[in-house]
Amino acid sequence: MEQLFFYIFALVAVVSAVLVVSVRNAVHSAFYLIICLLQVAALFILLRSPFLAAVQVFIYVGAVMVLFLFAVMVLDIGKEKTKEFIHSQWLPAVGVIIALFVMIGYMIKRGKLSASLGIYNEAALAKNTEVIGKTLFTQYIFPFEVVSLLLLVALIGAIVLVMKDKGRARKNNGAGS
Amino acid sequence: MLTIFHYLILSFLLFSIGVAGVLLRRNIIIVLMSLELIFNSVNISLAAFSYYLQSLNGTVFVIFNITVAAAEVAIGLAILVSVYRVRKTVNVEDLDEMRY
Repeated sequence: MEQLFFYIFALVAVVSAVLVVSVRNAVHSAFYLIICLLQVAALFILLRSPFLAAVQVFIYVGAVMVLFLFAVMVLDIGKEKTKEFIHSQWLPAVGVIIALFVMIGYMIKRGKLSASLGIYNEAALAKNTEVIGKTLFTQYIFPFEVVSLLLLVALIGAIVLVMKDKGRARKNNGAGS
Repeated sequence: MLTIFHYLILSFLLFSIGVAGVLLRRNIIIVLMSLELIFNSVNISLAAFSYYLQSLNGTVFVIFNITVAAAEVAIGLAILVSVYRVRKTVNVEDLDEMRY
């Protein structure tokens, strides 16, 4: 049963991912990406981490994709006019992709899991959110603070980047007059 | 029986599709979306390792990863908007002033 659901989610995820990179309209691409991200959230539930699934739905589908759709709307791109939407470097790019495909496929095929199992078995993961919270706020407290600082920097950076350059305009006017 | 290799192969397929999108598409918004696809494939493999090795490190790392991805999207789209304001284009092949 679990396997059946895995195959359904995996198939939908791969098909929608292919559609993301192959459709011409940026808005359609964003919607296919939303489908793909929802499938990933479902896979997180299959991996017994409902907290991750909730975070995935909130942040990716709720915030990131809305930001993408907003950017598409603001920039007024719509459908790409030219028939050519493929990058002109496609020949070396396809070579790189095939090389990557072969290399990682070989690694996955030959790889063996040799690490010892930890203490968080399925019974311990029943209280998923509590366990994650405890780990996050004890063992990983320093990375947590660093990441919060990173979010603050990203917030300020995004505001500064899209701000209209009033300061420079005033300075230029002053120099001109 | 589902093994970790099922999840790894799925993650690998999504990663390859994402790399193909980054390298092949001209529209810079699609390139950013393909980057999100790559982030997600890595998140799947981290969560799968976390579950099958019965460790919580992967799960915590996925949370950090999602945070970094959100920051990246905010900054990337801000850069995109300010570039579009100056150049009126989203074609990555037209944005080559800094090319050597």
